[in-house]
Amino acid sequence: MVTTITSFGRSGLYDWMVQRITAVVLLSYTVFMIGYLLFNPDLDYNQWKGLFEGTLMRIFSLLALLSLVAHAWIGMWSVSTDYIKATGARFLFQSVCGLLAFIYVVWGIQILWGI
Amino acid sequence: MLVSVYRYNPEVDDAPYMQDIHIDIPGGKDIMVLDLLQLLKEKDPTLVYRRSCREGVCGSDGMNMNGKNGLACITPLSEVVEGDKLVLRPLPGLPVIRDLVIDMSQFYKQYEKIKPYLINDTPAPAIERLQSPEERAELDGLYECILCACCSTACPSFWWNPDKFVGPSGLLQAYRFLADSRDTATRERLAELDDPFSVFRCHGIMNCVSVCPKGLNPTKAIGKIRNMLIQQAT
Repeated sequence: MVTTITSFGRSGLYDWMVQRITAVVLLSYTVFMIGYLLFNPDLDYNQWKGLFEGTLMRIFSLLALLSLVAHAWIGMWSVSTDYIKATGARFLFQSVCGLLAFIYVVWGIQILWGI
Repeated sequence: MLVSVYRYNPEVDDAPYMQDIHIDIPGGKDIMVLDLLQLLKEKDPTLVYRRSCREGVCGSDGMNMNGKNGLACITPLSEVVEGDKLVLRPLPGLPVIRDLVIDMSQFYKQYEKIKPYLINDTPAPAIERLQSPEERAELDGLYECILCACCSTACPSFWWNPDKFVGPSGLLQAYRFLADSRDTATRERLAELDDPFSVFRCHGIMNCVSVCPKGLNPTKAIGKIRNMLIQQAT
């Protein structure tokens, strides 16, 4: 058993499962957005605004945003533990990733609820 | 043909270098890489490599031949030589002791970690602990591993974290004991593997499968360990 305190869920199995589930969420969000844009070639501002005002779309968007952050954290953490050997540099990199993730969540919510 | 061999003797050399040796294969026969090494050693007796059984059973002569790991004794020249040239290097990722000989301590440490022996806390029966033919068949494709380290040293995840990631060979062995009907320590074994490194550093690129000289499939075994962890935890 290898001890880690900076990984997403401390358990490899948990991280693995979160990575897969968030991937499915992100894929469906991407497919939905591409589909919506393809089926609405003459999209105007009001229609776009209307789409994001709906409660279901807000739930879906927030779910996708949180999935993105969790997915990115697990991925970037893996990259950092593979390639950054100096503990200080690795922790700094992980801290920057964590801070960015938090900023993106707050910023994303602000945009979603600011409509 | 031209053979380029990795040479390093830490007592004499400041840094490793590649030595180019031109050699004629007697009778133009399709000999094994190990036989070629013997010919090279006759030319230059200072060349060092490990070998023992010369038939793919002991796992001593694992090395990197034209970029692919394998056992020199069961790899014919026709399989690896390209453009009449062969590049021989030690297995990648582990410290080199001399020439083609690597220090396998880290590899063995990972093997030791998975407790490669049967654990059974029930009273020993008067006769052997019997298995049905079906239970025995579960071990096929697992017990054949000869610990040559070709797979683990072909795995980038093992290169980056040889102290934390068990590696394909160790995990194949871990599943060999998880799958054994006579072993009662399944829960304890799984608990030891549920961290972000031991098993989950495997990203399924299957380098291990493509190089295994015994034709085994560590990626499949790792998938089965993961399934056992999921079954236990959900």
